[in-house]
Formats: sequence, C-alpha cells, structure tokens
Amino acid sequence: MSTVTSANFDLPPERWWRSRTARRFRRHRLAMFGVVMIAMLTIACVFGPYVLPYDQLFIDLRARFAPPMTGGHIFGTDPLGRDVAARLFHAGRISLLVGFCAMLISTVIGTVIGVLSGYYGGRVDAVLMRSTDAFLSFPSIFLLLALAAFIRPDPLMITVIIAVTTWMEVARIVSTEVRSLRERDFILAARMLGLSNRWIMFRELLPNAIGPIIVAATLTVARAILLEAYVSFLGYGIQPPLPSWGNMLNGAQQYLGSAPWLAIVPGIAITLAVTSFNFIGDGLRDALDARSDLG
Amino acid sequence: MLRYIVGRIGQSLLLLFLVSIIGYFVLLLAPGGPMSQFALTPGISKQDLDRIAEQMGLNRPIIVQYADWLWHLLQGDWGASFRDNRPVLTVILDHLPATLLLMGTAAAIAMTLGVCIGILGAVRRYSIFDYVATVGAMIALSVPTFWFGLIAIYVFSLNLGWFPAGNMYTIGSGSVGDVLWHLVLPASVLALVDVAIWSRYMRTATLDVINQDFIKTARAKGLSPRRVLFKHVVGNALLPMITLAGLQVPALLGGALVTETVFTWPGMGRLFLDSLGYNDYPVVMGLLMFSAVLVLIGNLLADLVSAFVDPRIRLA
Repeated sequence: MSTVTSANFDLPPERWWRSRTARRFRRHRLAMFGVVMIAMLTIACVFGPYVLPYDQLFIDLRARFAPPMTGGHIFGTDPLGRDVAARLFHAGRISLLVGFCAMLISTVIGTVIGVLSGYYGGRVDAVLMRSTDAFLSFPSIFLLLALAAFIRPDPLMITVIIAVTTWMEVARIVSTEVRSLRERDFILAARMLGLSNRWIMFRELLPNAIGPIIVAATLTVARAILLEAYVSFLGYGIQPPLPSWGNMLNGAQQYLGSAPWLAIVPGIAITLAVTSFNFIGDGLRDALDARSDLG
Repeated sequence: MLRYIVGRIGQSLLLLFLVSIIGYFVLLLAPGGPMSQFALTPGISKQDLDRIAEQMGLNRPIIVQYADWLWHLLQGDWGASFRDNRPVLTVILDHLPATLLLMGTAAAIAMTLGVCIGILGAVRRYSIFDYVATVGAMIALSVPTFWFGLIAIYVFSLNLGWFPAGNMYTIGSGSVGDVLWHLVLPASVLALVDVAIWSRYMRTATLDVINQDFIKTARAKGLSPRRVLFKHVVGNALLPMITLAGLQVPALLGGALVTETVFTWPGMGRLFLDSLGYNDYPVVMGLLMFSAVLVLIGNLLADLVSAFVDPRIRLA
C-alpha cells in the first residue's frame, strides 16, 4: 500500500476533512444540526455548573417549586428547592457519559462477535449468530430492567448492562460485512502471505468494515441514552442523589399538574441529545454511501 | 410449503432453548441471587437460610437447577410467585389481555397511519410533506415513550380534560366504551414510535416497487395512475411489511411496559415492575420467558404469512 501512496508524491496528501465523504457529511443539514447541538449540549454540561449561581445539591426549602425564570432559577426548582438547571447539566454529564461509554463497550463486543462469526463462518457463525438472535428475542427493556434490578447498580454497572443489551445490531452488521469482504482478492493475498487469522480479521477485514460500524455506533449512543433514561425513570438506573436525565423525570409525574417544568425540561434535553445522535448517524450513513453523490 | 413450516418452527424452538439458557443464567449469576430476598428477613439465622435453600432446591448445582426448571417449564409448571404463591403462568395470563389490547390497538393505529404516510411520502418524493414526515419520524424515534406519555397526560388530561390520566376503566363502570375511552391516550403514545418506523419502511418499500419494470409496463398499458398505485405498487410494497410487523413485537412489548407504568394500565409491564420491586424471581423469570415466546411467535407468524402470500419465499 505504501508504494502506491509514494507514487503520488506531487499531489498534496488528501486530508480526511477534505475527502468526498466529509464533504457529503458537511452538506447534510440535519447531521450538521446534530453536531452543533451535541457540541452545545456538551459545553453546557461541562461548563454550565461553574456558571450557574446555584449548586445542584443546594437544598432551599423556602424556594420549593419555584417556576422557571424566577429568583435566578432559569428552569425553576424541584420539590426540595434544588435548582433544576444545575441538576440538568450535572445529569447531562452522567447521561451523555453513560451513553458514550455504553456505546464503546457495546461496539467492541458486537464487532468482535461479528468479525469472528463472519470470518470463520460454519459452526462458529451458527453458534454466535443464533445467540445474537436469542438476545434479540428479549425486548431489551425487560432484560435491562431485570439485570439492573437484581444487580443494584452503580453508574459503571448500568453502562455495562446497557452495553450487554445493545451489542446485537453491531454484531449482525459486522458479520454480514465481513462475510462479503472475506471473498475479496486482498484477503486471498493476505492468506497467501501467510498472515495469521487474527491479523487478517483485525488488520485487514476490520478497517474495511469501519464505515457501517461507525454508523451503527453513532445510533447506539442514541439508543444507550434512551435506555438509560428508561431504566432511571423506572427507578432502577442511576440512583439519587446522583442526577441523570432519566431519574430527574422519576418523580415528575406526581407534580405534573403543579410543576410541569420538572417533566418538560429533562425530557427536552433527552429528546435533543437522542435526536442529534440519530441525525448524525443518518448523515454518516448517507456520507459513507458513495452512491448518494449520484442521487 | 410443509417443509418450510416445519423447518421454521424447528428454528424457533432452538431459539427458544437458547433464550431460556440466557434468561436463566443471566438472572442466576447476578450477585444476590434468589436467596437475597430471604436474607433480608430480620433475625433470620444461617440455618434457616440453608433450610430454605434446601427446600427450594437452590443448593443444587446450577446446571441441575436449570434442567429441573426447564423440565417443569415444558410441563406448564412455571413455579409459584414469591409474593402470593399463585402459579406464575396464571398470574401472567391474568395480565395478558390488557397488554394485548394495548399493543393491538397501538399496532393498528401505527400500521394504518404509517402505511399512509409512507405511500404519500414516496409518491410525492422530496416534497415538503416528504421532508416533514422524514424529519418528524426521526424526532418521534428519539422521544422517550414515557416522556411523551407524561406530556400527553399534561395536555390532554390535566389541561384539556378530554381523556383520563390513567387506569383501564372507571371503578364501578367498566363498560366497553369506558375502556376504549381510557385506551385512547396510552395506545396513541405507544403507537408514536411505531408510526415513525412503519412510515420509513413503507416509503422505502414503495420507492423500490415504483422503480421496477412491471410498474412501467402497467403504466405503458395505459392504466390510470391511481389504479397502478393501489393495485400494483401498494400491494407489492406491503409484502415486506408483514415481516416488519413480526419484527416490531419486541419494541411494542418494551414500549408497552413503559406506557403501562405511566398510565397505570394493569398489564404485563406493570406486573413486571411490581415483581421486580418484590424481588419476585419466578414471576420476573416467567415474564422474561413469556415475552421472548411472544416475540418468537410474532416472528414465526410473520414469516409463515409472508410465505403463504408470496410463493417466492416458500419455494426458495
């Protein structure tokens, strides 16, 4: 490969952000909206708590249920008089981090299983893919809740549990991709060079399947944030006093009539984050698909 | 055809076996285990705990416990609830109708709306309607179902007062109309995500069919556009939707769990959460298995129906 690159010495090396793929991505309006939105959310969650006048744990019983935009509380206060905005940003740190880390673990599990099953085929493939199907037969919330309820989790365990219930899509995608790549000439060449199976799988096949993996990983972040919100809302996820977008909504239903902002504010944060990741994933899929230049 | 059906059923049974292994071991290997419930009793001694473990067979090797559990499962003995000692299967079947009613209504709403939006989006491709439907679907896929439920209760129940905020019927009434009135909000909330999915798939399927040769032939024959659309395009585009209906069962079940919680709907999802709260292992395990069985039945039915409708599948 290196000889091919050096033969083009009089062309400037192509930077990835100038590639056709990157250009297609930048032209995808919804994806760019997603990127900007995630950047803003991340900045707000990281720096927001330093800017706001109230600490997320500061309890002020005289200021319970203050509506938004009163007394310096942008998003109002909760039943204990804590500032909702401060809690929202702290919760965002946790929810986004859990979503991102769960995606990393889930993508690694899914990729390894997918590569193994796609490369070896036969019995290995049958066992791994039937197991994947079996995991897919549980509605993921049921499995997730059962695990979360019995393990009594901390944020790390929640992340792992979410990963354990979301790796299947990636495994399927990678397996299909690897199965089609396996028959290509460059793999035959690698075999003839006597490269080890491990080298072929992770140094030859995997880089060529990276596009679909990135798309699936992006969509998995969205799913993981949603799942964290579901379990935390139902009381089995991130435990108070640690805030997360999901557990902020946990008590909100009983105050729906008197303090609707308790339900509205965190819900909008979740929806914005999840929508943005879904938009980015969609944009990446279109950008990585070379055919979309024609259409 | 018979060979296809038998093969497909065999596959489902194999999957069910794998599902039972995963479900059983995942729960048993979790720290705490079924004994943790009894260890909470104040003043219980080590001897008492050992005796309970002995009586319930929890001190045997896990493989033996699993085989025993599976054997009883196959005979319809799903164990007894830790909470009130009623048979697990009876408890689940008590809660099944409410969930099926909710899921069925939501699925019907989602299919009708989703198919119509999908067809319209494909026919008027790149129109404003298509764009709004596409973006709307992606946002709908990103809204947490429980939050949409909360907002729906806030708007339609607390502020407008059109629908009740929860429960399946008014105490003391329970007529069909009353149940339907209670069904509107939760079913619509549950349907939202599905409308999005159905409309996306239907749009793609319709576009696939529109570009095929036999549609050009039909147009060339001089058939009216309406006739081509409804007779040739829609009929063929609906074929892959049968499989989709099967694939949607897990999402619907999961969504039902959350929707039932928000709307205090007395179905399987509520039962699942209540049982988790009581550490009621047999019921949780039973529900986990039961939901997987529903999912597999859904997929199997969908495959059999599409094989029945489409000879290309059963002959391949």
